Amino acid sequence: MGALDLRAIRKSFGAIDVIRGVDLEVATGEFTVFVGPSGCGKSTLLRIIAGLEDQTSGDLSIAGRLMNGVPPAKRGIAMVFQSYALYPHLTVEGNMGLALKQEGVERSAIAARIARASGLLQLDPLLSRRPAELSGGQRQRVAIGRAIVREPKLFLFDEPLSNLDAALRVGTRLEIAKLHRQLGATMVYVTHDQVEAMTLADKIVVLRAGVVEQVGSPLDLYRRPANRFVAGFIGSPAMNFAEGEAAARVGAAAIGVRPEHLAVSEDGAWTGTLSHAEHLGSDTMLYVDVPGMGLMTARVGGEDDHAIGSRVGLTPRDGRIHRFDAEGRTIGG
Amino acid sequence: MDRSRSSPLGRGLVHVALLAYTALCLAPVLLVVVNSFKSRRAIFAAPLTWPDASSFDLVGYRTVLGQGVFLNYFINSMIVTVGSIAAVLLFGAMAAFALSEYRFRLNTALGLFLALGIMVPIRLGTVSILQMMVAARLVDTHLGLILIYTAQGLPVAVFILSEFMQGVSKDLKDAGRIDGLGEYTIFFRLVLPLVRPALATVAVFTMVPIWNDLWFPLIVAPGEATRTVTLGAQSFIGQFVTNWNAVLAALTLAILPVLALYLAFSRQLIRGITAGAVK
Ligand SMILES: Nc1ncnc2c1ncn2[C@@H]1O[C@H](COP(=O)(O)OP(=O)(O)OP(=O)(O)O)[C@@H](O)[C@H]1O
Ligand SMILES: [Mg+2]
Repeated sequence: MGALDLRAIRKSFGAIDVIRGVDLEVATGEFTVFVGPSGCGKSTLLRIIAGLEDQTSGDLSIAGRLMNGVPPAKRGIAMVFQSYALYPHLTVEGNMGLALKQEGVERSAIAARIARASGLLQLDPLLSRRPAELSGGQRQRVAIGRAIVREPKLFLFDEPLSNLDAALRVGTRLEIAKLHRQLGATMVYVTHDQVEAMTLADKIVVLRAGVVEQVGSPLDLYRRPANRFVAGFIGSPAMNFAEGEAAARVGAAAIGVRPEHLAVSEDGAWTGTLSHAEHLGSDTMLYVDVPGMGLMTARVGGEDDHAIGSRVGLTPRDGRIHRFDAEGRTIGG
Repeated sequence: MDRSRSSPLGRGLVHVALLAYTALCLAPVLLVVVNSFKSRRAIFAAPLTWPDASSFDLVGYRTVLGQGVFLNYFINSMIVTVGSIAAVLLFGAMAAFALSEYRFRLNTALGLFLALGIMVPIRLGTVSILQMMVAARLVDTHLGLILIYTAQGLPVAVFILSEFMQGVSKDLKDAGRIDGLGEYTIFFRLVLPLVRPALATVAVFTMVPIWNDLWFPLIVAPGEATRTVTLGAQSFIGQFVTNWNAVLAALTLAILPVLALYLAFSRQLIRGITAGAVK
């Protein structure tokens, strides 16, 4: 019995089908991440799980209980929003305790649970402040704290880190990973950030236009994408694709090679001219214009030097070519 | 808005224009107030001068305050105005919340229907309103006037408030739902405090026409017991003689309560703007 079970979930807003038949099982304690391009229905699916939207059809169970039509507060879930959504008129303590007060939990129990959560998140010095007096990172920690005190069966996160700056994002990401380990809680997390998805997830769900394209562990999706969309979506910088002759030679409609799986030499399987190089310190991205194949990206050692305009040969490493058929499905696998 | 970029000259011109407009608006009021402190002779002889030792006379105020009923008129005006504002704000905010928050059939149609009231003056319906008031036995009651003014104020209130309600964070309301707050709690505790500036704006815009109205008190509530200040002041304007001292004094006094209400609301307006919200 899973922590979350979706069966043929569909959702339409008027004539627009936003979620078009999603089946998904999430095991207890699992960290599941929804990724996909903007507008593919990640938030909508999460809001259906939360009960903030009703699915048009399909069944949804949480911890084995059928939850169709059950109001959000009775689902045993807690949610963290991108905009924090703290209650402006309550202190940090009030924000964290409100849901428990609504449930009728005893005062002493509420205080104990707030103390535990604020200990986990180092919120103790902030407890009597109001949201307006907190920084963005602190607000998001309070929002996470508000979710923790409810001791939910399922945590839902909708792009919780998008409003934070880069340094805070890393810090809060680690915090969420740590919380997941400490609490052993089941979490569903929406993001469009590659790194968040790869580092946090036990299981990634790739969505496109309301349909699940592939479900698997981060490395699974990286190594064995089910189709060209997933191959292009997972991994950064994105996979290089080539069609035509180069693909036909290996019996495919299209082939793909990741930038980190291209060896750079004087001569190679494909040769082109270097049109641009990005030096990131740890890596260097080479953008090579290969005649007949277009712009290919190659990732090479950090401080390698290449002159713009020079001839560059690219050779895919053994067994690292992904082949796709005319419909974009992976061949062989 | 960007202070550093606009030139001092441009800002100066704006201020000159605004000051001129202010003077234009305040001049008649000032004339009323100044002349209310003068004797009848001085009002006609030199209406544009300040009262001095020879022309200073409080006879107008003595007449007005000497009539005990005038205090009642004030109380009536206050009851009607405050009652109407309260009803307009409460029902206007509730309707605006429903229109902006819930998806239901005829949502758009209902919004347009309410907006229609902005374009059609309520006075066009005076005859049928009077018939309804008579049938409901609401003639010469405060409630009758309050109901009419509520209907008059609602369209603009709903229009302004729904714009603001749409700006309230959806996540905040959803967080409340997940934490088990009911829809009424979400409305009163989360949403209303965040739209307080809009409420103050609506209150100010609603208040002045109600306080100044002569039409409906004259038609629906002319009785002595429910007479409002504006209507009461008319009693000094006779067919043959008009007691100008009393009229001017009554009008001057009538400014005070509405000024007090305005100050109360504008404080709210500023406090609402500075309250911390999400993000
Ligand atoms: N209340 C609504 N009414 C109508 N259409 C909606 C509504 N909410 C979402 N949609 C539509 O559903 C689709 C999916 O929206 P959703 O917010 O789930 O996307 P998302 O995957 O979360 O995108 P993003 O990454 O930009 O947050 C979009 O095309 C959106 O326009
Ligand atoms: Mg989203």
